[in-house]
Amino acid sequence: MTKRDITLTLNGKTVSGQADPRMTLVDFLRVVLKATGTHVGCEHGVCGACTIVLNGEAIRSCLMLAVQVESQEVITVEGLCEEDGSPGILQDAFRDGHGMQCGYCTPGMLTSVHALLQSNDDPSDEDILEAIGGNICRCTGYAQIIDSIKIGAERLREDKS
Amino acid sequence: MSGAHDNPVAGSNYHYIARKRRVVEDKRFVTGNGNFVQDQDLPGTLHVAVLPSPHPRARIVLINAEAALALAGVAAVITGDEIAEHTLPLYHGLPLPECRWFPLAHEMTRYAGEWVAAVVAEDIYIAEDALDLIEVEYEATPAIVDPEEAMKPDAPLVHPGHGSNIIYDGDFEWGPVAEDFEAADHTLSFRARWGRSSTVPIETFGVLAKWDKGTETLNVWASIQMPNYPEQIAAALRMPLNGVKVNQDIDVGGSYGVKRGIKHTVLVGYISRKLGGAPVSLIEDRLVNLASGDAHGPDRIFYTDVAFDQGGVIKSLKIRAIDDCGAYPGRGPFQLGKPIAAIVGPYRINSVHYRPCSVATNKTGQVPVRGMGQGPTNYMIETAVDEVARHLKLDRFEVRRRNLIRSDEFPYLNPTGTKYDSGDYETVLGKVTELANYDDLVKRRDELRVEGKLAGIGIATCLEPSGGNNLFEFLFNPKAEISTYMEGCQVRIDSVGNIVGTMGTTTSGQGHETLVSTILGEELQRDPDDIRVIHADSLAGLPTRSPIASRMAVMLGGAAAGAAQKIKDQLFQIAAHNLNRPIDGLEYSEGTIFDRSDPARKLSWDELCNIAHRQFHKLPEGMEPGLQALHVMQVPLGGQMPDEKNRVQLYPCFSFQAHIPFVEIDPGTGKVTVLDYFIAHDCGTVINPDIVRGMIIGGVAQGIGAALYEKFDYGPDGQFLSGTFVDYVMPSVFEIPYVKDVEHCTPSPLTSHGQKGSGEGGYLGAPAAIASAVNDALEPRGLSIHELPMRMNDIEELLNGEKPE
Repeated sequence: MTKRDITLTLNGKTVSGQADPRMTLVDFLRVVLKATGTHVGCEHGVCGACTIVLNGEAIRSCLMLAVQVESQEVITVEGLCEEDGSPGILQDAFRDGHGMQCGYCTPGMLTSVHALLQSNDDPSDEDILEAIGGNICRCTGYAQIIDSIKIGAERLREDKS
Repeated sequence: MSGAHDNPVAGSNYHYIARKRRVVEDKRFVTGNGNFVQDQDLPGTLHVAVLPSPHPRARIVLINAEAALALAGVAAVITGDEIAEHTLPLYHGLPLPECRWFPLAHEMTRYAGEWVAAVVAEDIYIAEDALDLIEVEYEATPAIVDPEEAMKPDAPLVHPGHGSNIIYDGDFEWGPVAEDFEAADHTLSFRARWGRSSTVPIETFGVLAKWDKGTETLNVWASIQMPNYPEQIAAALRMPLNGVKVNQDIDVGGSYGVKRGIKHTVLVGYISRKLGGAPVSLIEDRLVNLASGDAHGPDRIFYTDVAFDQGGVIKSLKIRAIDDCGAYPGRGPFQLGKPIAAIVGPYRINSVHYRPCSVATNKTGQVPVRGMGQGPTNYMIETAVDEVARHLKLDRFEVRRRNLIRSDEFPYLNPTGTKYDSGDYETVLGKVTELANYDDLVKRRDELRVEGKLAGIGIATCLEPSGGNNLFEFLFNPKAEISTYMEGCQVRIDSVGNIVGTMGTTTSGQGHETLVSTILGEELQRDPDDIRVIHADSLAGLPTRSPIASRMAVMLGGAAAGAAQKIKDQLFQIAAHNLNRPIDGLEYSEGTIFDRSDPARKLSWDELCNIAHRQFHKLPEGMEPGLQALHVMQVPLGGQMPDEKNRVQLYPCFSFQAHIPFVEIDPGTGKVTVLDYFIAHDCGTVINPDIVRGMIIGGVAQGIGAALYEKFDYGPDGQFLSGTFVDYVMPSVFEIPYVKDVEHCTPSPLTSHGQKGSGEGGYLGAPAAIASAVNDALEPRGLSIHELPMRMNDIEELLNGEKPE
């Protein structure tokens, strides 16, 4: 199989790598680009662990091929950090709400919520459920994730104003 | 919204314990910097894909791997014959010499999906291509799927050499069962079925092994949570135990008991040595995880007889428990043993006859799941209580109040010889009825019923045995003379006064670094945020039995407190020597030790650490330089073997929870919606409120899954039917209501700070509570269901069967 060159914008920076046409996007991110923050959970699009933000929308990176993101804009959990790598506002909100335990579904949760808050900075309870309805968490029973999202949304609104 | 906050503990004044504090581990998780096994990046790593058997039970006639080996990028193909020649069978908890278990099927397959061959290749894509090129000739034979059928003498045998599918059949009697049944006003019987489910973490099991020729060490990185893991690797690979190095600093992406990939590890360890030291990794894909990861949970049938009086007070139980352990028993049968610790629940039941039986069938193996069989057992006990209430037309809450052990009866000795350490069950039950606004809830339920809907309120009052111990193993297998389940913690203070706590095991979301740093901070009166906690590898080793059995708050917490106390003792000796004062005239405050009668005479933390590390001339005679202490904790009340009547203290500490769910059932579709969920919980002193709240609510969510959705299904022919998350249904945020919780604190008298375990409790009561609610909703129709999961179609069938003609 001939590898393809792929160039994309990952977390605001232009990056390139090579992948077989059949390589999934999540494998490309993790194995080729070494962006291991994004996790693989089910590889069939149900659990949401591999969620990333593609051109502003939360999508499953296990259900896309690497070659499909040529020249596209991708945000992963690493992209939610501050410039110096310290936790961003939403990430710190998840710490304050303890919106996780094992941390495995967390990157997918954060990117789903990031996509929500980009388009809706004051989400209702229903909006929140809708946004993370495709992200399975086995540890928390979701309550502290919901708490964390509310803390994060409020802080992001304050940060904007 | 009821977020976590400080948890006031009666009579205490902690600085850090029970205070709302950020969880140390969370920072690396939110930034994408976790250290999971799949994040390990060793150059030249080879990847393993496994070939599943299409037949649940077949003789392997021939395997031809020539074409697979010829594929570019393939390094090796391994078969069961090779593995059986070069490794020893994997360990079962029971002596079962004829149930030989290898990482790959040897001579015959015993369940659909069992690994028949393994391909090792440059990348996983090539490895999976090569699987398609392997030709296997099978001779298929009928499979045995139903555990009760498997017990019959003419059933096909999973392990022909064993001569039977019965792996274990026990008979225990504690107290005067016959007399209690004879004297009882009433008796009733029921069958309850706990379906085959598991905790199914979002991270599958994965392992990376690298044989290091130079040091003759097998390095292992794995998403593991199991006791005696290095021991079992070394035994199967015929290696010295001190040649196996398990790196414990791997973040485990959820486990709840099930991350026990011993066969995976032995396979990659063997391959890495065979190939001269190449790093070899096996990461389960989701199908492998569900079908053949040996990670299913209890699959249990109870036949229970209950003896009780006119007032609903239960006197005695007779329990037959049949559990389907799958093809390779491993440690599965012990899930019938651990619940002996609380086989009578939180109730004053006088006697019990318990006959646990473990049966092999053609299914993937069973591993310990959160609570190790206590969840199914609690479901059965709570079903018994509800059935008694139904039989006598009494209120289910009132029947519980009449049976619960009273707060003035602790420590309470139950008939199996286990003493419950402390509790205030009626108060906790009162707290949850208050939280649920119970009278209002009844009104809401009745209004829904008036509208023609099915609505129900559930109740479950359950125990969570915690602190761990292994004596149930001895009850089932007298060769297992093991009377400790220790845990170690080492504390080192460096020359500039920084603190490092070392633990000896992995973490899978329980926040052990937070646990250790909080307790060390409390004891040494230093800021926990400045304390580093590390995970020693198995060779650098601290004694550990891993984070199972709801034991880490009790055991690792206790070990940390013990090590801190030893450090303080040393600091006092140094201060007494240098200040020329007796120790009992000195006082410790935030690391400084001063003379109580003359507080200006003091030595600061920095000065004390400097003396310990650099100024030998200022140390008391005979004292070692440096500042470090190891404390290995023995299980409280442990060390006793069972008496001649099999009575023994199994677990030391007993947490308690009371659950009230509120459900509605769509009478047309049978769909159950959990509208509200309330829980009151008592695990003694809470070390970190956020962590405890999370584990409780997370356990409730898993329990709702086990009650309503989750099941590993097999067809009557033995084919596996739950190979995706669409088939094995797990609850999303839409299925789990925002659980409302309240804590109560009855400190344990047996632990360092009064803490008890809290990792299992939500899961141990939720299935029983949901079943209680569903049955309450069905009661106006005269229906009941005692089989989990109660999936939509099951309830729909039940309701339609009731339809008038």
